[in-house]
Amino acid sequence: MITLEINGARHELDAEPDMPLLWALRDLAGLTGTKFGCGKALCGACTVHVDDAPIRACITPLAAVSGRRITTIEGLSADGDHPVQRAWVELDVVQCGYCQSGQIMSAAALLASVPKPTDADIDAAMGGNLCRCGTYQRIRAAIKLAAELATT
Amino acid sequence: MIKGAADTPDSTGADPGRRMFLVGAGVVTAGLVVPWYFAGRGPSRGARIEAGRGPGLAPNAYVHVAPDNTVTIWLAKSEMGQGVYTGLAQILAEELDVDPHKLRIEFAPADAAYNSPFAPMQFTGGSLSITSSYTPLRQAGATARAMLLAAAAQRWGVAADQLRTFGGEVHGPAHRATYGELAEDAARLRPPRNAPLKDPADFRYIGRPLRRLDSLPKVTGRAQFGIDVIRADMAHAAIARPPTFGGSVRAVDERAALAIPGVLGVHRIAAGVAVLATNTWAARQGRDALAIDWDAGPHADFSVDALRGRLRALLREPGALASERGDVAGVLAAGARSLDVEYEVPFLAHACMEPLNCVAHVTDEGCEIWTGTQMQSGDRKAAAAVLGIPLERVQVHTTFLGGGFGRRANPRSDFVVEAVELAKLAGRPVKVTWTREDDMHGGWYRPFALSRIRAAVDAAGAPAAWHHVLAAQPVLRGSPFEAFIPPGKTDPSIIEGAADTPYGFPNLRVEAHEVDSPVTVQWWRSVGHPHTAFAVNCALDELAQLGNLDPLAVRQRLLADKPRHLAVLNAAAQRARWGQQREPGRFLGIALQESFGSIVAQVAEVSVDGDQVRVHRVTCAIDCGLAVNPAGVIAQMESAIVYGLSAALYGEIDIRDGRPVQSNFDDYPVLRISEMPFIDTIIVAGDGPMGGAGEPGVPPIAPAVCNAIHAATGKRIRRLPIASSL
Repeated sequence: MITLEINGARHELDAEPDMPLLWALRDLAGLTGTKFGCGKALCGACTVHVDDAPIRACITPLAAVSGRRITTIEGLSADGDHPVQRAWVELDVVQCGYCQSGQIMSAAALLASVPKPTDADIDAAMGGNLCRCGTYQRIRAAIKLAAELATT
Repeated sequence: MIKGAADTPDSTGADPGRRMFLVGAGVVTAGLVVPWYFAGRGPSRGARIEAGRGPGLAPNAYVHVAPDNTVTIWLAKSEMGQGVYTGLAQILAEELDVDPHKLRIEFAPADAAYNSPFAPMQFTGGSLSITSSYTPLRQAGATARAMLLAAAAQRWGVAADQLRTFGGEVHGPAHRATYGELAEDAARLRPPRNAPLKDPADFRYIGRPLRRLDSLPKVTGRAQFGIDVIRADMAHAAIARPPTFGGSVRAVDERAALAIPGVLGVHRIAAGVAVLATNTWAARQGRDALAIDWDAGPHADFSVDALRGRLRALLREPGALASERGDVAGVLAAGARSLDVEYEVPFLAHACMEPLNCVAHVTDEGCEIWTGTQMQSGDRKAAAAVLGIPLERVQVHTTFLGGGFGRRANPRSDFVVEAVELAKLAGRPVKVTWTREDDMHGGWYRPFALSRIRAAVDAAGAPAAWHHVLAAQPVLRGSPFEAFIPPGKTDPSIIEGAADTPYGFPNLRVEAHEVDSPVTVQWWRSVGHPHTAFAVNCALDELAQLGNLDPLAVRQRLLADKPRHLAVLNAAAQRARWGQQREPGRFLGIALQESFGSIVAQVAEVSVDGDQVRVHRVTCAIDCGLAVNPAGVIAQMESAIVYGLSAALYGEIDIRDGRPVQSNFDDYPVLRISEMPFIDTIIVAGDGPMGGAGEPGVPPIAPAVCNAIHAATGKRIRRLPIASSL
């Protein structure tokens, strides 16, 4: 049994310590908002926060996160009202939507550490989050909008 | 022609004899070529579906008004990012006079009631969702509205023409009622056969930008994709598939796999060897622990290099004639200034962000399938066939799709059939999840294609002759759409955009070779158009250079008698400030392609530093006729440009020793945010017929960028991806 603190709740999971966090979230905890895309930290679809820092859940073994604070897209806000989520809706960012949990978690982590990110900050923080629908232009604009929403 | 054209109609289908079909001139592909128009399909075919809708008004398969005033729309099309969730709701909401934001939106089950009016199948492709649904959904909404009006008129004893509908309510001179309050009375009336449709001048929603209706579930992680489906007692599966095309399993030693904690069992199925486990990770570990003796099969020495050699030789042989006007041979023989060039595009994987997956449950009663599919009717039919049960005992539950791009309309329903077969063996619900490597190695690629173009200019430098020979694998042949290939003709996926190029060359001849290979191929966003747009638009720039003409001027000349094309071309060129002074080191390239009923021109602004190409800006103009949701059309242009640009810059599946070489996003790179050009889209208002929007933005981007690279460097890119040619 491994104990995880996910979105403020304790989860006792029957899993091997080398199981990646992604599969524990999705298959054992039933939190399917975090997505599988590549399995090798190449696409960012599985991004979650561990102690507020963005990590790729697909390559992070449970042993490394036991006892730490894990936040998934389900726990980012109570009802989708995080500034990043509001900006995403406002600017019609999503298309298929599959990568967006990861995009939003990366963007939220960026804004938490850099409240007014430059284009270079955005490129650096979001460069590992792939989107095949090509929503990057709107992601950039939405991060800037979210920065404004967060301060108003 | 209907017989075998595709699926036989479902058991609930209308009598095929009722259908008329007209031969259409245009070829629209889609993935899906639809040269015939099936008419005679009213919006009220799904009697069985409507009967199950419970209390309230359900005049057809698309809409239901419940007594509690919930209005539900069932989408016959799959939402894979292209925005049908919003656009289709917008169409129904218009005629029903309800706020689209207040609709409850459901994905329709697999049922003949939801077959396309263009082909007797339920599928999403061909950039046809809005155009094919436009009239049926307007009729569906108008019929429901007319019945609600009639119910109100009866209840209040007033003439129907004294009533108005607004925001889901009927307003009379002295009364008002919500649709829900009228629904049960309306349900007792007979649906009118031809409910009047609105005058477009009165549209409140159609033609105006509407924000996406699926944003909230997608920004909160609540949207359910196929990979997210969880059923009680469900097992997770990973499948080891043959590493070579045409390979098979000789023997398996499963002992080590069965020792992995969580592994439930190992099964041999047609696709390969499947490991069932209590979770995805255990299934994958179990699969890795299998010791499989593979028979590499008859194509173990296949390579793209060998295929290239075979196709290049074919380009020197006469092919099947696809189109001809004037006397190409005569002009070329007369010794005019001419060029002879070859263009090549590679195999490509679709690489949807959501890897393929499917959940299936087989019981004595039948089979249930949950997946993100573009091809409900084909998947249903394939599942029924593999189980040997009647079609109506297979239910397909469509989820959101994490990208489709054609891959999720598989001609053999590969990702569905294996899950169904496994679920039957397992006797419990099974979810099969492909790894990224499975997805990338799994075949069903966009075909490798070659073009040879011989062309000449006249004494004044104007294009005089154009001889285009193509060689590629066909994607429709052998698919459910095979009968849509005109008898004795070349598969349209090889020649579309080339045989019918809008460029008015005075002498033109297009020939094609359909080739075979062990590689499975299928439609990839915009199908045959990317390879023809690339060859035609780049060779045209070469011809312009030969004749000392500007790339824009040569296009204006060749499109002089096509005002819609010319307007699109000029709109893009003007917005991009073609021919004007620009920042040092920045160069422009232009391309135009008509596809899926829409005309798109793009101007790419690039800089080149050594082998580093940077696309700074893309100016895009589209004429798609009526844009139901202009915001959606703009989003699709952005999406298509990025998809096409990833392919142009980096996309390539190489095959050696019978095996695909690339396996994940490290060796199959796609565009990142730091490489994103600024995209500026113009919708050119036209009164032409409605065209598609999901695909037509893809084809022009590769040639626009390659033409800009030539402007910057003097180098012609004749082989994609660009990264392999610089």
